[in-house]
Amino acid sequence: MSEKSREFWKWPEYRHTKPDVNWREAKIITAGVDIGSVGSKAAIMLDGELYAYSVMRTGGVSEETAIKVTSWALEGTGLKTENLHHVVGTGYGRVNVPFANRTITEIACHARGAHYIYGPTVRTVLDIGGQDCKAIRCDEVGKVASFLMNDKCAAGTGRGLEVFADLIGVPIEELGKVSLNLTEEPPPVSNTCVIFAKAESLALLRQGWPKEKVAAAYHLAMVDRIIDLLTRVGIEKDFVITGGVAKNIGIVSRIERNLGIKPLEARLDPILAGAIGAALFAKALYEKQIGLR
Amino acid sequence: MQAHYGYKNGSGDYFIIVDTDKCNGCGKCVEACPYGVLELVENEFDVEGGLMTVVTEEHRKKIKYSCAPCKPVSGERKLPCVLACETKAITHSW
Repeated sequence: MSEKSREFWKWPEYRHTKPDVNWREAKIITAGVDIGSVGSKAAIMLDGELYAYSVMRTGGVSEETAIKVTSWALEGTGLKTENLHHVVGTGYGRVNVPFANRTITEIACHARGAHYIYGPTVRTVLDIGGQDCKAIRCDEVGKVASFLMNDKCAAGTGRGLEVFADLIGVPIEELGKVSLNLTEEPPPVSNTCVIFAKAESLALLRQGWPKEKVAAAYHLAMVDRIIDLLTRVGIEKDFVITGGVAKNIGIVSRIERNLGIKPLEARLDPILAGAIGAALFAKALYEKQIGLR
Repeated sequence: MQAHYGYKNGSGDYFIIVDTDKCNGCGKCVEACPYGVLELVENEFDVEGGLMTVVTEEHRKKIKYSCAPCKPVSGERKLPCVLACETKAITHSW
């Protein structure tokens, strides 16, 4: 029997609490729970400042994941779900957050979250998630002006990258770096469908292409598709990328090169944009509820 | 907000664009559409709430086919949903 093989697509789950902050001093405690198609994120905010967060894979039951991801974010802080003044659910599984006071679409949340993470100069937000890719144009307060969602198929998304990482046997966190380990870019593979792209990549591997080269071809196909989408809503500076795929340097650097626009550097984990946006909406909603505005 | 529903593929752009700031949620376009492509939902973009028109989840991935019967064949022809909209909130990419 061979050893149990490693699962290369499995990205690590993690949580973080901002040290030296006492939540008892905060007036408004809100949470944003972003149940994505692949990853689930929870952000806890004190008076509109990020305090704790957690990121984990979405399981089969969205309700359970929503409870798990939130309690993990609260773990060790002494906070309980009852202490949260307002909770907003967002993402693909937003209707499945049992303790949410309200749901808001991930499009509005990503724009708001990107505004918090990158500052008020953001105009174009590209969210590359697990199962879809969204191009969002927003104004100086983080309100959505125009959006476009590619929900037709998984080509050009994080799930496609997971499939590909498994195929070539490179851990997903290192995939982007590996794809850049080349002197010359190969032609891209087909970008209309993940299954076709995977089949084509497999054929290239069998032809004897090194995996770096195949990875580059796959990344290029994804980037072509993403840029197609972006040109439809129009690109205006400053441009940022959010969602899990924003952590893939192979995608980000190729978008930058093909568009000629450098995305802003994130001061926080860009995967959290949706959850942060939801928590900020929760704060605004709670203030309205108690009559602060 | 300009909400684009649809997709782009090798054969062209297929988008229905709804201006959510103009849409008043009257639902006339929903009645006018002969193929049930549009529906009214709670506006989740705005903290204020209210109703707005969207393209149904089912039709978003196939509007090339769903909307084909209403497409102009020869010369100018207004689409039923566009004609029904009093606030001129609906436009198309074709």
